[in-house]
Amino acid sequence: MTAPFTPAEIAAEGIKPEEYEDIVQRLGRHPNKAELGMFGVMWSEHCCYKNSRPLLSNFPTEGERILVGPGENAGVVDLGDGLRLAFKIESHNHPSAVEPFQGAATGVGGILRDIFTMGARPIAILNSLRFGNLDDARNRRIFTGVVDGISHYGNCVGVPTVGGEIYFDPAYSGNPLVNAMALGLMETEEIVKAGASGIGNPVLYVGSTTGRDGMGGASFASAELTDQSMDDRPAVQVGDPFLEKSLIEACLEAFKSGAVVAAQDMGAAGITCSTAEMAAKGGVGIELDLDKIPVRETGMVPYEYLLSESQERMLFVAQPGREQELIDIFHRWGLQAVVAGQVIADPIVRIFFQGGIAAEIPATALADNTPIYHRQLLDQAPDYAQQAWQWQESDLSPAAIAGIEIAGQKQSWNEVLLTLLDSPTIASKHWVYRQYDHQVQNNTVIVPGGADAAVVRVRPLDAKPEECVIGVAATTDCNARYVYLNPLEGAKAAVAEAARNLSCVGAEPLAVTDNLNFGSPENPVGYWQLALACEGIAEGCRQLNTPVTGGNVSLYNETLDSNGRPQPIYPTPVIGMVGRVENINKVVGQGWRNSGNGIYLLGSNDGNTLGGSEYLAVVHHTVAGQPPQVDFDLEKAVQKACRHGIAQGWVNAAHDCAEGGLSVALAEMAIASQLGAEINLPDSDQRLDNLLFGESASRIVVAVAPEHQPAWENYLAGQSLPWQKLGVVGTAQGNLTFIDAQNNALIDLPVSALTEPWQTAIARRLKS
Amino acid sequence: TSFGIIVFPGSNCDRDIATVTAGLLDQPTRFIWHQETDLHGVDVVVLPGGFSYGDYLRCGAIARFSPIMTAIIDHANAGKRVLGICNGFQVLTEVGLLPGALIRNRDLHFICDRVTVRVESNQTVWTKGYQSQQVITLPIAHGEGRYFADGDTLKALEDNEQILFRYSNAQGELTTDSNPNGSLHNIAGITNVQGNVLGMMPHPERAADRLLKATDGLAMFIS
Repeated sequence: MTAPFTPAEIAAEGIKPEEYEDIVQRLGRHPNKAELGMFGVMWSEHCCYKNSRPLLSNFPTEGERILVGPGENAGVVDLGDGLRLAFKIESHNHPSAVEPFQGAATGVGGILRDIFTMGARPIAILNSLRFGNLDDARNRRIFTGVVDGISHYGNCVGVPTVGGEIYFDPAYSGNPLVNAMALGLMETEEIVKAGASGIGNPVLYVGSTTGRDGMGGASFASAELTDQSMDDRPAVQVGDPFLEKSLIEACLEAFKSGAVVAAQDMGAAGITCSTAEMAAKGGVGIELDLDKIPVRETGMVPYEYLLSESQERMLFVAQPGREQELIDIFHRWGLQAVVAGQVIADPIVRIFFQGGIAAEIPATALADNTPIYHRQLLDQAPDYAQQAWQWQESDLSPAAIAGIEIAGQKQSWNEVLLTLLDSPTIASKHWVYRQYDHQVQNNTVIVPGGADAAVVRVRPLDAKPEECVIGVAATTDCNARYVYLNPLEGAKAAVAEAARNLSCVGAEPLAVTDNLNFGSPENPVGYWQLALACEGIAEGCRQLNTPVTGGNVSLYNETLDSNGRPQPIYPTPVIGMVGRVENINKVVGQGWRNSGNGIYLLGSNDGNTLGGSEYLAVVHHTVAGQPPQVDFDLEKAVQKACRHGIAQGWVNAAHDCAEGGLSVALAEMAIASQLGAEINLPDSDQRLDNLLFGESASRIVVAVAPEHQPAWENYLAGQSLPWQKLGVVGTAQGNLTFIDAQNNALIDLPVSALTEPWQTAIARRLKS
Repeated sequence: TSFGIIVFPGSNCDRDIATVTAGLLDQPTRFIWHQETDLHGVDVVVLPGGFSYGDYLRCGAIARFSPIMTAIIDHANAGKRVLGICNGFQVLTEVGLLPGALIRNRDLHFICDRVTVRVESNQTVWTKGYQSQQVITLPIAHGEGRYFADGDTLKALEDNEQILFRYSNAQGELTTDSNPNGSLHNIAGITNVQGNVLGMMPHPERAADRLLKATDGLAMFIS
């Protein structure tokens, strides 16, 4: 029996020849066109994790506060007092590369649906973004388009965009990363799950209509971007945040009615994915009649219905006899709702179209028992890494008190600090978050830019605001340059930094959602990066007791240049972490409060390195060395001390040392408060640039008012961690001064001079 | 004071208003769906912020055709109080209860920020809790908040002292830098001639809760 498709047609669905053989064997026949398309999307990496699943299985996923772990639409953690938080991160990288506005907008829409599908009302959005350098017009277009798209969708849907992170690096030129994370507060008594049940129960299609937009987006997302990818723009969905807002209200109302048995949003692979996953998870089958599906255009064939990624749609399994009640709710909100099928005992997905069977596939073949590739891991680090590790600090010219010579040019430490503050990765993201409504819902405790993590009050709809003091802190983190240079240590550092950022506002880290953005796993180097980074995440999450509750995998983040050479991004395992804030009144920000307050460093500069640092990349144009390595005992001690100091009311400002090291951390605290400071650097054998700009994990700068310093220092003396008093907060509009042990002023700049480049770096580059 | 908060599909600040009126101030508050027609028992009608009907045609342009709108106009004409915030202000100009229009911000971007606003007079039912010329800080969040009107309308607004809030610097001076969206005459909020209908772009309901460390808007809801 010869295949009814040419090899090219099979390949066009993203299916490899051996996978096609597997399909034929499972069906006992050749698939038809619609079925082939369904396998194509469901067996894509985006849907079935065929390359990453064995690696993900090592993540810790259980803990006392974990209510729902991986496998559902979102994870759920217990915040105490009956408050349950759903949260999840998801990527929309490929769509954002070809259509930045809609790509980013629908990324936000998709992650919100994951949250409210569980019965949770979305309460916050964060975004982890990566772009190429802004001196390239195409990157500027992508950057402004993505920000516009997030702003458009998030603002309209009425969920505050409260935080996240943005990095700029040539590694993301033409292949931006757009990872959206959402948090939601459970509103239904029972957490709504996806597994279908109840033979004969009606299956409802609700929300928007189905059209040809977003055809095959999941397969598109699982291939490299090429110069021809712009032709794939139909694979990018178009979002309607107004419909989504109504859908949130209608769904929550429907869930509270008790008439919904199970729910699944239609994201990647639309109708195909939602029916297959609901059936497979429930161990049942689903029959669906495409003629019942509300459409926005005519003449669609089953292949198009099944692969459409039209937005703002959901599939429900309802209690028998209560269909009309649900339909009425959706109609009241101006949304579609129809009974389109039923739950059946045979564990198959059976699709009807114009009276005939258009597709019939075992549900598990699509959603559960999908291909898995165990790939061979390189037994030693690839050449690029080994070469990078050869780099040594002594390769740089000497660091003198007056500064350093770079390419024949003398640069003072003042100039170096200003250059770093002007680096868009370090600089203020004010231009971005000013376009996001970050206060709607009246629960935003820390506005963007105010602290190391976002904090929102957790308040049920009808609760008295004054009685709600529990908050949730959230952050997204990943220094991908570290991961590129050493995937294992870099991934551990990302987990540690996320937890540290939460601790800097006084929150107790609880759980993780991860977004693995990598190149092709079919390339041995790409797989090595992926495998080691997963190991690093697993280790970090185990050490910090922050289990992984789910996430997203985005592979094939490569652009093929015109010569066909793949240009992978930096491996970027973004860690989204949430933490519990016991009392929002005690939260602290990163700006100093008052002059005269003492400035302390928790942790030590001894672990500093220039390897992988922002200083090395931006000032010396070198990406090399070993990145900082995390000592988890020290990390835990530093974070615990910071949280304790905040809880006691001793610490009134805190900021971790990340890109740019100690000097940038202190400069950012000065800028946030517009207060100067005098910093006395300890005697050290380190190069001066390493002391000022070197990076390491496990360092937090905090400020303490004079009256609390005895108690604070007494507490620290009883802890086993290194710490030191660095100096004193100065006056309004004063200078930030770094003085070495020999009383030389290495850096001495007025706060206004620090603020200017930091504040304007991004807007200025957009004008060019 | 009893509050009636109008809910259009796409309203997204409706609950935030109730958080203040019912949650913080214990005032009777009910949500009124746009298809209802009865405002019985309501003292102050609030048209909340958001994107009514998605704002796809023009901000507030569709909301004016809602069934509840007739009752709101009657309420206003009877001299009772109507407050439109952000999208609600846009709806009030579309429906003709307030003059002028809100157009795209000067720099074309959506702006979410905290800005200083000068209260022009405390001799109104809305601003009794402030001092005249007091400078307060209120959040803004809009893409189309640039107040625009023809010269005659602006003159009438000035002559009748209908301008209640203006964007100013912290010293109360009206400067270009302190005008976030390019509004004519730095207008942030206006009333009708009678003073019972107020439209404003800033969000007083987002500055009413001491737990969120901003309370300059609270007095707007106490009267």
